[in-house]
Amino acid sequence: MTITLEPTIHGDRVSLLRVLGPAHVWALGVGIVLVGEFTGWNFAADKGGALAALIVCWIVGLLYTSVAMIDSEVTSTVAAAGGQYAQAKHIVGPLMAFNVALFLVFAYTMLEVSDAILLGDTIVAKAGVEGLTHNSFIAATIVVLAWLNYRGVLMTLNVNFVITAIAYISIVILFFSVSPWTQGAVLKLNELVTPGNALPYGWIGVIAAFQFGIWYYLGIEGTTQAAEEVRSPARSLPYGTMAGMITLLIAAAMTWYVCASLMPWEYLGITYYPLWDAGKLTGSPLLENLLFVATLLAALASANGCINDAARAWFSLGRDRYLPSWFSAVHPKYRTPYRSILFLLPIALAFAFIADLNQAITFSILSGVLQYTFMSINIIMFRKKWPLGSIRRGYTHPFHPLPAIVLFCLCVVTFFAIFLGFGSQLIAMVAFYFLISLWFHFYRYKFVRRGDQFTMPWPKPQGY
Amino acid sequence: MSRYTPPEQSKTGQIFDIVVVVVAIFVALWLPLKLGLAGAAKSIDALDAKTWEALGQNPTMASIWEKLGYTPETAHDIIQNRFHYVIDWPTLIIMAAVLIGYFVFLFRASDREYRDVINEKFDDK
Repeated sequence: MTITLEPTIHGDRVSLLRVLGPAHVWALGVGIVLVGEFTGWNFAADKGGALAALIVCWIVGLLYTSVAMIDSEVTSTVAAAGGQYAQAKHIVGPLMAFNVALFLVFAYTMLEVSDAILLGDTIVAKAGVEGLTHNSFIAATIVVLAWLNYRGVLMTLNVNFVITAIAYISIVILFFSVSPWTQGAVLKLNELVTPGNALPYGWIGVIAAFQFGIWYYLGIEGTTQAAEEVRSPARSLPYGTMAGMITLLIAAAMTWYVCASLMPWEYLGITYYPLWDAGKLTGSPLLENLLFVATLLAALASANGCINDAARAWFSLGRDRYLPSWFSAVHPKYRTPYRSILFLLPIALAFAFIADLNQAITFSILSGVLQYTFMSINIIMFRKKWPLGSIRRGYTHPFHPLPAIVLFCLCVVTFFAIFLGFGSQLIAMVAFYFLISLWFHFYRYKFVRRGDQFTMPWPKPQGY
Repeated sequence: MSRYTPPEQSKTGQIFDIVVVVVAIFVALWLPLKLGLAGAAKSIDALDAKTWEALGQNPTMASIWEKLGYTPETAHDIIQNRFHYVIDWPTLIIMAAVLIGYFVFLFRASDREYRDVINEKFDDK
């Protein structure tokens, strides 16, 4: 990501350059998300069977299409750095903004943890050395990427674009290498997904699978983080985000088809690297190695983007005094939010060493779904406080309020899906947000400068 | 409306707040993982006969398992490790109440704070 932090003579002030186009927005969204095709989505098969994983792929795709539509309208209007955090500050209020920033931090930090676990386990499996554990690889991944972010030696979006493109192309190559138009030679879908095992838990399994169906696309909303750096937000954000969604829908469908046609659902549901396994099962060393490298690249690109985004959200909380202003310091030489990066580093390590991949993913998904629930209500409030015509919108999404209603309903279903099998984690996470919100509202809020929270040149909202 | 001037926070106060956030993260999120209270609620439905047929695997599936390096014995705990979707209504009601309570508090408290923001922002003009 090309986020530039520039201290001015007035102190730690962020200055962002408008250099990004739709392709960068695409790379920003897809770069973080594409790792979801390489691991995580397949746990949906564990919860509901192979067919359930396909059904939720499309239904959750609808959820994210709603997210993209809603986000494009709000972000192209609230074109401020911080994405949903800035939206919440202007439309709902400081406490919601505080929570939204935390949703972002934990969604991205736990995604980073998942990426590191995936990377460590993939290397260990490839090495095949007795007694070798993933811990050293996890630590190295998190520490080295944090160090790169600290130094400001970030993979730029141009580099992320290339890495993402390679990982994406590897899926396309795998798909066309296995002759997808014929069954029996390599792919054996009708022998692996049968009427007897397609939905082993019935329709409740399909609902339960929503939890990991989210993983196909989680993070696409990260495109809005670049709102202040995009040359033409009104054009680039909707185009880039929608193109990202289409890209991911195609990748998800290809990934499901190949993987479900190559391995039994029970194995597909527990493997950490389904696409690499698919490469192995084709019997082609070239495909196996290609998918191995692509898995590592996808995990690295995602983790790097996540560290940057999470640190940036944490930095914003410090800058607005929602958290101690100590976090808002910008490194005098590297111009990075180095204290936020360093603070989140041990947290990521602590979770990476004790969490399973599916537990880390669940924490990330939970934060994501809480955020999507906010977004569905946020757009209704946005249209109510500033009706069409009252302010200039970069983009107006059609069919309002249908996308918001669809999004809200799918979020409710996903909460229920998480309850089915991961209920204790859901309660732990909501309890955390509840407690920290009480702390903010009744104590921390006194340090916040009220009027500074609203910076858009808009008229007073209706009803206030 | 007079402009609100927040107090300056001392270094000790900042450190205390950072500690509070860290403790909240580790107690609410990390500890349940450490104590094994979080994660997938699955259990193994053990079978006496450990054959591919008994495990519900047809010849194509069995050949793939073997290609992946598994035998019926080693694949048994993977195949038979299942979710059991029984809805625990009291827990579901508690979860729903916590979630709804959280969002209601979030929007109501945010609205109170938002009024401070709007009053200060627009009354200045």
